[in-house]
Amino acid sequence: MPHESIINEEGEHVVLPQHRHHFETAEQQREAGSFGMWLFLLTEIMFFGGLFFAYLLYRNWYYPAFAVASNQLNVPEGAANTAILITSGFFMALGVWAAEVRKKKLLVVMLVLTTVFGVAFLGVKADEYHEKYEKHHIPGASYSTAMFTNPAAYGINEQPLAPDMAQHTEIFFFLYFAMTGMHAFHMIIGIVLLFWLTWRAHRGEFSSGYVAPIENFGLYWHFVDIVWLFLFPLLYLINRHLPK
Amino acid sequence: MAHEISHDQAHDPSNVTNPEHGEHHIVSPIQYCMVFGTLLVFTAITVGAAYVDMGAFNPVIALGIACFKAVVVILFFMHVKYQSRLIKLTVGAGFFTFIVLVTMTLLDYMSRAWGMW
Repeated sequence: MPHESIINEEGEHVVLPQHRHHFETAEQQREAGSFGMWLFLLTEIMFFGGLFFAYLLYRNWYYPAFAVASNQLNVPEGAANTAILITSGFFMALGVWAAEVRKKKLLVVMLVLTTVFGVAFLGVKADEYHEKYEKHHIPGASYSTAMFTNPAAYGINEQPLAPDMAQHTEIFFFLYFAMTGMHAFHMIIGIVLLFWLTWRAHRGEFSSGYVAPIENFGLYWHFVDIVWLFLFPLLYLINRHLPK
Repeated sequence: MAHEISHDQAHDPSNVTNPEHGEHHIVSPIQYCMVFGTLLVFTAITVGAAYVDMGAFNPVIALGIACFKAVVVILFFMHVKYQSRLIKLTVGAGFFTFIVLVTMTLLDYMSRAWGMW
């Protein structure tokens, strides 16, 4: 295990720039960093947890509205986005490996690929949001329940909902936009950080044994992946199985 | 000097002698490829399963697969399998607290006028 702090010939404690003096060893510093990052991610679990709880509650209360509203989401695009995000996370994991084995060019390539797939995810998401806009499924003044009270008029093979239950589809779409929007916001922050980290990696900052920023950013990026792994089945796949 | 740790102490993967110092384990690219493949396969399974009528078990299967994928990501992509007990306990405590909060809030809603407003 290479230590970033070394003892020179005179017996002096020589510390490399990235090693903070208040840590005894590089391992301890690394451990403290990971621990801090995980504490932050726990607050993120609680933050998204509130949204997931709201979803759980309203889905149980207004199940018929949630079932038909969910059927209006675009499963091929959602599934493709899941694969895109997993691919992005895979390249991020390889980036952490590249930093650990000190391959500078490979690290930069992996960070760029992580970014490219992250942007692709947001592109697909934007297309889905546009589809919601066209269908008047964005909650607010122009929201329309017409597709749910009179599905036959739109060529939708679905049982019509009573007007009061149809109103509750707006809650589904509110939660859809709140949850996927907050997830997309996390991705945008991540992509900004990726630009910064790629630039620093290009300068060789993470290919001489100091991998903590790459590793801790990786934790954040994978966490955002995990949120989507739950959002996709919960929002898109509620009611695909029932005979129409 | 305090920072000099003998090799035996430093090599302590299960953190028995040195609980807050985790060994830096490097996960290999082959392992990452296997995790990547697993995640893609289970994404396909979750989409396929959604179109099969399993009654009340549809959401159970969907959540089960999502939990499995999340655990795989946490253990391997996020290296928790190779971290110290401190990190493992921290991660576990976070999810445990989340479950407690959801259960208690849900009990509160269910014990009142369920769905009446």
